[in-house]
Amino acid sequence: MATIKELSHKEERLTGGHRLCAGCGASIAVRQVLLGTDNPVVAGSATGCLEVSTTPYPFTAWGTPFIHNAFENSAATMSGVEGAYNALKRRGKIPADKEIKFVAFGGDGGTYDIGLQSLSGAMERGHNMLYVCYDNGAYMNTGIQRSGATPFGAATTTSPAGKVGQGKPQARKDLTQIMAAHNIPYVAQASISHWKDLVNKAEKAFAVDGPAFINVMSPCPRGWRTPNEMTVEIAKLAVQTGFWPLYEVEDGEWKLNFKPAKGLRPVEEFLKPQGRFKHFFKPGNEHLIEEFQSQVDKNWERLKKRCGVE
Amino acid sequence: MATTANKATTKQTTVAMTGNAGCALAMKQINPDVVGAYPITPQTTIVEEFANYVANGVVDTEYINVESEHSAMSACIGASAAGARVMTTTSSQGLALMWEELSIASAMRLPIVMHNVNRSLSGPINIHCDHSDSMGARDMGWVQMFGETAQEAYDNTIIAMRVAEHEKVMLPVMIMHDGFITSHAIDRFDVLDDEVVKKFVGEYVPKRALLDTDNPMTFGPFAMPPYYYEQRKAMRVALENAKDVVLKVSKEYGKLSGRTYGLFEEYRLDDAHIAVIVLGSTAGTAKYVVDKLRDKGMKVGLLKPRLFRPFPSAEMADALSHLKAVAVMDRSDSIGAPGGPVYMEVKAALYNTTKRPHVQGYVYGLGGRDTGPDQIETVFGDLQKVARGEEAPREAVTLLGVKE
Repeated sequence: MATIKELSHKEERLTGGHRLCAGCGASIAVRQVLLGTDNPVVAGSATGCLEVSTTPYPFTAWGTPFIHNAFENSAATMSGVEGAYNALKRRGKIPADKEIKFVAFGGDGGTYDIGLQSLSGAMERGHNMLYVCYDNGAYMNTGIQRSGATPFGAATTTSPAGKVGQGKPQARKDLTQIMAAHNIPYVAQASISHWKDLVNKAEKAFAVDGPAFINVMSPCPRGWRTPNEMTVEIAKLAVQTGFWPLYEVEDGEWKLNFKPAKGLRPVEEFLKPQGRFKHFFKPGNEHLIEEFQSQVDKNWERLKKRCGVE
Repeated sequence: MATTANKATTKQTTVAMTGNAGCALAMKQINPDVVGAYPITPQTTIVEEFANYVANGVVDTEYINVESEHSAMSACIGASAAGARVMTTTSSQGLALMWEELSIASAMRLPIVMHNVNRSLSGPINIHCDHSDSMGARDMGWVQMFGETAQEAYDNTIIAMRVAEHEKVMLPVMIMHDGFITSHAIDRFDVLDDEVVKKFVGEYVPKRALLDTDNPMTFGPFAMPPYYYEQRKAMRVALENAKDVVLKVSKEYGKLSGRTYGLFEEYRLDDAHIAVIVLGSTAGTAKYVVDKLRDKGMKVGLLKPRLFRPFPSAEMADALSHLKAVAVMDRSDSIGAPGGPVYMEVKAALYNTTKRPHVQGYVYGLGGRDTGPDQIETVFGDLQKVARGEEAPREAVTLLGVKE
């Protein structure tokens, strides 16, 4: 693992000048992931903020080969790229000593929801590729609509808080564990706030022979209604409150990567700064905070058990 | 324009195979870098046959067994953008599921070759032949070629690879043959030697490839109003170019095989007064009827479209100009439109010409409804009355063989 000074000297494969919002978590996630290998990389992305903002024709922010196909098929598309690599290498059209890495990105909408089948299929087929979900908890590109990754109670434009509704009624889907159930060599959950952990995980994911998956907490100031400068801090709070535990599953071995010595901080600290949870703090809505806390506690205990942690 | 038989310049082997086996054989002889495919009736035997070639090491293709047709085309797009020679195959619902990907493949200018074994679209669900699947994909920027027989399905596969990869085209090509009728019936036809096909299709050298990591390129960028339109125009120009390229490649193929295909086939059309236009396997039945009526002294003929996209409007208008009346038989309906897709194309092709026949529209054989010689004779009977002025031309489309 390189030091931050060494990492800062590495070539940037996603350049500045892209159109992502100030404070966007997605580009931070991509840059940290791409620091995980020195090999040539082919990157891809599902339709979404990342794709739209980095490739406004005739410009591109990608200094590495990049492909966008559609919304639900970032994984299937990259599986074809990887398949072509295998074929062309076998036929001597790519030098035997040249090793190219493959990474497909997708937001949570393109991964948890519409792209889940494509992702599951690619992982089951065992392509030597990494899939990275930048999870910001809603369809942010189309204007903050709820997704399978939207947390319980979060207000979105399709699950607003109103006189009767209190944001999204359902809890979020646990995609990282779904991917672990594919029994692929490497699965991890990471956050842009913990750069060392994320770059480390990206290194491992690129190094394994076979499919790898990383789910990265990538806050969206627009959708979360947080100040632009708070992105990293709020991502850190997601981890410290146990809403977004950092862990990895290496060849079936579950490992918790972050366990605060003094215990988890109350989820209220994560919820309070976010406009999407504003209704949680209205008088009479205390039960929403309690429900959120109890879900986090339950998941945390379950995860600790899986990781063999007291 | 007509299909002509000339002397072959290379040795061929006569085989007895289904149309699907012929397509799989052509794929084996092409030995593409990547095949990404998903099984669906009646295409399934192509992917099965090809899987056997892979399992026995006859080809060294990377065979990606995807989890849906959407992913099949997605993987093909990724592989083709990566710089590989790519093929796939589907039918009906599979093509429908690929829908979104079809026009991405053509917009990215990826020379993917795909068989679509014609099958009706649900619902109700039905596995038998009609052309509604591929006709529904007619505006997606793909070259579309229809074949009548197993021989044509085989030949078109090899020709399609060269057309797709031609620098003036660089578009995906969809090749059709009729589900079950052509796909599953054993037919006798001639095939080229593996080495001859290998030489004919040559090596694919992409100009732009994702795997050329020293020259990074972005595929599939976001194009706003100042750029999108020109991109679509470029597709139109390329698709128009495909017409000449199809003829050129078919001619070259004809020199080898003795089978030279045109944009469409004219059968006893030169001196005909009335004719039927029909594509796919029903053209075979129609030829039988033409012969039968000719024996009775009737001046009848047939035109069988081969290239549907781009549609050879001028050439077809020219070939039809001497006729008094023609009937266009569509094995798909364009519900709510004046008639089936081929009917509308033919009528549009003729509209601005000065010398043109009357055009009558028919829909037939939906969902695999059998279409025999008697139905085609009825059509010629109608045309004869119109040509003699005994019956007023009909405006509405006639549904042949449908129960009241």
